[in-house]
Amino acid sequence: MIVRLMGEGQFDVDDEVAKGLNDLDEQAAQALEAGDEERLSELLRRMAEAVRMNGARMPDEHLDASDTIIPPDDLSLEEARRLFGDEGLIPDLPGA
Amino acid sequence: MAGLMSRASMVVKAKFSKLLDHAENPAETLDYSYERQLELLQNVKRGIADVVTSKKRLELQETQLQQSVVKLETQAREALAAGREDLARQALERKSGLQQQLQGLDQQAQQLEQQQEKLVASEKALSAKVEAFRTQKETIKAQYSAAEAQVRIGEAATGIGEQMTDTGLAIQRAKDKTEQMQARASAIDELTTSGALEDFTSDQTQLDRELGALASKSQVDDELAKMKAEVGSGEKQKELQQ
Repeated sequence: MIVRLMGEGQFDVDDEVAKGLNDLDEQAAQALEAGDEERLSELLRRMAEAVRMNGARMPDEHLDASDTIIPPDDLSLEEARRLFGDEGLIPDLPGA
Repeated sequence: MAGLMSRASMVVKAKFSKLLDHAENPAETLDYSYERQLELLQNVKRGIADVVTSKKRLELQETQLQQSVVKLETQAREALAAGREDLARQALERKSGLQQQLQGLDQQAQQLEQQQEKLVASEKALSAKVEAFRTQKETIKAQYSAAEAQVRIGEAATGIGEQMTDTGLAIQRAKDKTEQMQARASAIDELTTSGALEDFTSDQTQLDRELGALASKSQVDDELAKMKAEVGSGEKQKELQQ
């Protein structure tokens, strides 16, 4: 499965790692819901580490889309709200 | 409640599908997008350069404050030697206050340094990404003729769209962080120049004046004593010659 660490790049990880990611992801969503920034950072960091340690980095020139995308591990609570909210953290792409 | 991964994927997909759906000429859109990324990256680079300048200014101020500490120490000794304990105490009080400010300034400068290093590293990574994007877009353009691209770019370019969106976000965050640092550096700068952190090197304080008067008085005394000795010995020589 191809996973993208936002702002970093794509990695190829096996199913076992992907399963672990899903567990952490669920907890991360709860942390965001609860507004617990410290916990959110910790979980995002653990997710990124799992991917970096167990995944194979794909070259930047790789052209396939990712199966899933993990937010940056230093995402603040405020940025997370913007990223997932209406306001949007990602700038509008030119021409859109 | 959806997980963060699926939400992030959705946000990214929504972003570039909107772009590609509206693009009349996908090849042109990719070129334009690349130019825009380069431009934004330039802004980040300039921002980092500004932060470096602010940090240098901060270091200069630190050096000046350190010189003031040394100066006050000397002044305290002089005052004490002249029997003015009150002035010596004043000088030492100022010195201790100055040292505290120096410590705070030093911490701030160190934090600025660490953040700056991180920014420089991410700017380098971004440059590599933008370059990779250039390669990707050329591949896409070579694979499909304009007409074909119109139809097929949607699926073929999901990867490049994702990369483009991700790079856009990364540049945006680097820009935000650089701006935060600029604001912080200039706030410290403002603080030091507005005198909240008093500049002891430039303004003549009452203490300076009194110590100055004392120093000049003692210099006068010294010179006087020296002259007296010279004149005295001259007189003695005269006496000997007679």
